[in-house]
Amino acid sequence: MNQDQFLTWVRGPGLNIALGVFVLGLLWRLFEIYTLGRKPDLAAPRRRPGASGLRTMFTRSIPAQTLFKRSALSYVAGYVFHIGLAVIVLLFAQHIRLIRSVVGLSWPALPAPVIDATTVVTLATMVLILVDRINKPVKRFISTFQDYAVWTVTFLPVLTGYMANRHFLLPYTVMLALHILSAELLLACMPFTKLIHAFTLWGSRWYNGDANAKKGVPV
Amino acid sequence: MADQKTVGERLAEQGVSRRAFLKFCAALATMMALPPEAGRAMAEALAQSRRPSVIWLSFQECTGCTESLTRSASPTLENMIFNMISLDYHETLQAASGYGAEKSRADAMKENYGKYLLLVDGSVALGQGGAYSTVAGRSNLDMLQEAAKGAAAVVAVGTCSSFGGIPAAQPNPTGAVPVTDIVKDKPVINVSGCPPIPVVITGVLAHYLTFGQLPALDALGRPTAFYGNSIHDRCYRRPFYDQGKFAKTFDDEGARNGWCLFELGCKGPTTHNACATTKWNGGTSFPIESGHGCLGCSEPNFWDGGSFYAPLSTPTSALSLATDAVVAGVAVGAAVSVANRMKKKHAKAGHEPATVSDLKK
Repeated sequence: MNQDQFLTWVRGPGLNIALGVFVLGLLWRLFEIYTLGRKPDLAAPRRRPGASGLRTMFTRSIPAQTLFKRSALSYVAGYVFHIGLAVIVLLFAQHIRLIRSVVGLSWPALPAPVIDATTVVTLATMVLILVDRINKPVKRFISTFQDYAVWTVTFLPVLTGYMANRHFLLPYTVMLALHILSAELLLACMPFTKLIHAFTLWGSRWYNGDANAKKGVPV
Repeated sequence: MADQKTVGERLAEQGVSRRAFLKFCAALATMMALPPEAGRAMAEALAQSRRPSVIWLSFQECTGCTESLTRSASPTLENMIFNMISLDYHETLQAASGYGAEKSRADAMKENYGKYLLLVDGSVALGQGGAYSTVAGRSNLDMLQEAAKGAAAVVAVGTCSSFGGIPAAQPNPTGAVPVTDIVKDKPVINVSGCPPIPVVITGVLAHYLTFGQLPALDALGRPTAFYGNSIHDRCYRRPFYDQGKFAKTFDDEGARNGWCLFELGCKGPTTHNACATTKWNGGTSFPIESGHGCLGCSEPNFWDGGSFYAPLSTPTSALSLATDAVVAGVAVGAAVSVANRMKKKHAKAGHEPATVSDLKK
């Protein structure tokens, strides 16, 4: 297989397989989670039903003062790289073109140099977070193999995308193919690892907030 | 037949001044990124050399490569370099035909054994014992093997002979292969492109005549002087790519403003060739300048790389699995959910409340 065949494979059959695994896994997991069944709610809510859940969805986005002081880096760097990823994935012209070809939606893009700068910041922040995870004894203790694995599969597409754009190390064709392959790996891993938080985040926050309210802790 | 006159003598006969010849060599040297003094060295070496014998074999091809050469070469200095070689066999360009033509090839091979240059355009058909493509009753494979034996070097002209090209496109009915699959013991230069830029061929020949060796080649056997950069990196529309200004259709405002053609499927980013710098038709323009994206014709498998009009970042084939996956995902999810509920039901049914007697145990 030469480099052009490699690129054609990742753009065709490879993407097909990865997207297939992603869609299958995602529907499976979400279906499973949302059909687990809940006990009927017999208690009268203190406030409007569901209000606490809705509120928690947003209040959890703001760090508590004491926690922020103890681990400011987790919060700041966490925000920076999540926003960075969103900008790169959703506002790079080539990515929008891909989204349009798959689901038919499109929107304006940011200029390439802005994406370039965002990528550098995102990569640096992700490295910082990894170093912090390894350096802090408590974080290191609670880290499992999966934590390092999901960091890697998230980091690789960003790194290879940047390297492809910058013509680092390998010819553009090979790097682009590796970039697409790494993104496909990320897609395929997403439903079956803690990366599924991209889809369960808001639902679980709502559920926690609602459950807390029922137990007399309206937040 | 290769005559005994040197290139310098022939040029003088034709009234080409030394000054014009030096200018031509300097331009060639510059184009190949050689140091300035290389132009002079090239002129000296070329003027002193005898016209080398060149045998041009045409296999599974469309003659576009020859067309490209003749079109752009005729009025320009490139023409001279073709006066400088002795083209002893070329099915399209030679006057001789039939046995006479085949005899001139055999004679040239015999006289210049080990010294002639072998130029090949078209891929080699291996299917059905080579029956798909024959010349004078002989298969391409047979002819190539015979001619390559006495060649100093082989130049694969065009994408078909370099990488298989269109004849080798799926499902490759004729079993077409590139020259490099057959010739293993001789240096092979791939001058890819559909067709290749004429000056690339003349540049490679001049380099060989001057230095007696092949120019630096990339991983795909192409001269790096011409194939070192991608079309995208040398494209005059590159600033629009960086700014995110793309033509969405071939007749929208972006297209009229000359914005980047990436979204219309331009393969410039993955294509290595000199089109954007040397250009075509005597430096007039190249495809992107006339408003069409690059097809990637100088790359292997360009014909099987998905639609010419699909952007590089989009799928090359229909994502059929995704729709199947929706059904499968819901099915698996439903099955797991039923299993979970059954488990819960069983647990509930089997639940025994602890009694006082249990605690006393």
